[in-house]
Amino acid sequence: MGLLEAIILAVLAASTPLLLAATGELVTERAGVLNLGVEGMMIVGAACGFGGAWLSGSVIVGAICGILAGVAMSLIFALMTLGLAVNQVATGLALTILGVGVSGLIGSRFVGEKITPAPKLYIPGLTDIPFAGRILFGEDAFVYLSLALIVGVSWFLYTTRAGLILRAVGDNHVSAHALGYPVLRIRMFAVMFGGACAGLAGAYLPLAYTPFFIPGMTAGRGWIALALVVFSSWLPGRLVIGAYLFGAVTILQLHAQGAGFGIPSQFMTALPYLATVIVLVLISRARTGGSTAPAALGTVFVPDR
Amino acid sequence: MSDPTPFRLDAGATPLLQTIGLTKRYGNFLANDAVDIDIWPQQIHALLGENGAGKSTLVKTIYGLIQPSDGEMRWQGEKMVLSGPSEARARGIGMVFQHFSLFDNLTVAENVALGLDGKESFKDMSARLERVSNQYGLPLDPRREVWQLSVGERQRIEIVRALMQNPKFLILDEPTAVLTPQEADQLFIVLERLKAEGRAILYISHKLEEVKRLCDTATILRGGKKVSTCNPKAETAASLARMMVGTEIKEVKAAAGRETTVPRLVVNDLNLEPDDPHGVRLKHISLELKGGEILGIAGVAGNGQDELFAALSGERLAQDPGTVIIDGIAAGHLSITQRRKLGAAFVPEERLGHGTAPRMKLSENALLTGHAASGMVHRGFVKLAAMLSTVDRATETFDVRKAKRDPEAASLSGGNLQKFIVGREILRDPAVLVVSQPTWGVDAGAAAVIRQALLDLAARGAAVLVTSQDLDELAEITDRIAVMFHGHLSEPLSTAQATREKLGLLMGGSSLEDREAPHAVSA
Repeated sequence: MGLLEAIILAVLAASTPLLLAATGELVTERAGVLNLGVEGMMIVGAACGFGGAWLSGSVIVGAICGILAGVAMSLIFALMTLGLAVNQVATGLALTILGVGVSGLIGSRFVGEKITPAPKLYIPGLTDIPFAGRILFGEDAFVYLSLALIVGVSWFLYTTRAGLILRAVGDNHVSAHALGYPVLRIRMFAVMFGGACAGLAGAYLPLAYTPFFIPGMTAGRGWIALALVVFSSWLPGRLVIGAYLFGAVTILQLHAQGAGFGIPSQFMTALPYLATVIVLVLISRARTGGSTAPAALGTVFVPDR
Repeated sequence: MSDPTPFRLDAGATPLLQTIGLTKRYGNFLANDAVDIDIWPQQIHALLGENGAGKSTLVKTIYGLIQPSDGEMRWQGEKMVLSGPSEARARGIGMVFQHFSLFDNLTVAENVALGLDGKESFKDMSARLERVSNQYGLPLDPRREVWQLSVGERQRIEIVRALMQNPKFLILDEPTAVLTPQEADQLFIVLERLKAEGRAILYISHKLEEVKRLCDTATILRGGKKVSTCNPKAETAASLARMMVGTEIKEVKAAAGRETTVPRLVVNDLNLEPDDPHGVRLKHISLELKGGEILGIAGVAGNGQDELFAALSGERLAQDPGTVIIDGIAAGHLSITQRRKLGAAFVPEERLGHGTAPRMKLSENALLTGHAASGMVHRGFVKLAAMLSTVDRATETFDVRKAKRDPEAASLSGGNLQKFIVGREILRDPAVLVVSQPTWGVDAGAAAVIRQALLDLAARGAAVLVTSQDLDELAEITDRIAVMFHGHLSEPLSTAQATREKLGLLMGGSSLEDREAPHAVSA
């Protein structure tokens, strides 16, 4: 296996949790809800995912546990921000703090344990093709799932009526309510979808990326996923590009450090964020009108009845 | 094509829609108190009332957005309970909202699709949209995003969206508030046509002349109760207003023999690039305003009025100090505070967020504009007593009604807050007052108080510049009227000569040249 192939494989693996979590957050934000608790939902997903897999011996059960844990966390957020109309930013931050604590509590008994990681696809002939074979046909199921998911989300948002309604709710919840759409119920489903994706993204880490659990193993990936959604200007196509770009920078900076370039590692680690800032500036300068962000993003809605 | 269908009370026939004792309670507050209203097909029915009279609550209940606390609705004689607007739409009730219920970042076709039940494919719907919009003379491009459209076009979307459902009954909430007289006339043609097709229309408006001209029946609400149902064509605007307010509205009167003396506000060839991409560029704006004079600026919203206000108030600075002169001093480069110190005062259009900080108390809001020149600050410390006394004086002089002495700005009703904001500035006895939409969304009683205050201020020698979209208001209080269009300001016409037709032409961007119009603006 050549160095380039190794790097590409590593980039795909590093990008997948970013893409999964960001896909969920994209849908949530498109419905007008800003859930800053992605990191918290991911880390609980990681702990529960590993726990499920370790206790049952099945990666699939682990993945389902991760999803359910993410959904449970997102329901706390939905209860607070949709049910009780609490500020979304404050609730999201609290959710992350809660998630870090809960995952430590759940995960403490699994620290030091090992599981068999998710198997890689192997199609005789295809996977054996030099270079491209491993990259295209030799990944684990999560990688393919994350790509299928973003394609599905894109299809949902732009070609289905439900997707149109979801975008409408995120653009103007007062109008959506006036037309008779159940704003809060739609937002709750969007938040739950975001939670499921974040939980799965978290579970990916101990189930496929590294086959063991350590506290705090999400290491800020939830925050990168949030930045990615902004980076993509809420468009699914750009989200894929962004996720792989961010994954690539993460891996390349490791290699760059390994190769002994005289650049401080902190600077390299900061690169994805710098890229986000630059892209945001370029987007806002290029666009002449309208708003790139869902117009109702982060605002609380209380229907008058 | 006015069809003089008489105001009718046929005992035998069933109305299309009937509300019987319809009541909506919020805690102890009765938004609607046992309202009975009958809607007949082929009639335009006006719903009149001051702000807070319960008009919106009533139509939202009929549209299924609000559940009534008591009473019932009957649709074609049968009891109707609506759990949401989609059920209302399914029966054939359509609604055109006052604050448009549109989605800025979606296309016209998507906006229309959201108002329908989604049973037809998007493609079929788009084709039908083009057909319906052309059929009624309301052309729309389905592919454009809403933020790119003018206010008139946005309203067209709302109307076409309602018409796509082929409604038996259409509710319009203040549809002409944002239109030019010509656009309003086109709307009336559409409404007459809908009526001729046998549909019923419920028409909410503040413009009584319009109601007299268009509507067959009028129901008047006051304080949540129905006051009367009458034939508006048989009433006068004054008698309708009396029923709405409950008391005689004071006629606004100019003080006699006002002197127009020295120029107090001069604008010389003001050019200003907009600071945001949707803004309007100000082009060669010049005007001269003497003490004792009120100049009105008419025009459809979004033609540079906001930019002119920003340039006059100092929210945006001009390149050349000489472009804005306040009381003889070049002020184009001065900040808002410095302009206030020269004796200028400013009342922006938006009450909450621009005119006041919503979550701050009235006294704090008084300080925000009064700190420069009202003795509320002493050596860097604020004087609480002076702030409170400003609130008290404004309350007393302008009859501001509020729950306690010094509440948060956001807790006041629109009319009372506007009285406070105008009062706060007028109490400083400014030399120049620039005021934007002084009575927008304000009830008739409060509007009369505000207009009278502006006249009295001018009578004391101040120069007053009023931007308004309400031509009746400008006719009532101004001496001269200029029209803003695409960043240009027309030559001012004397108010006596400014007919509705002339102003309408200027508002639409035509020049007057040799067209003559037959009658003057009715006040």
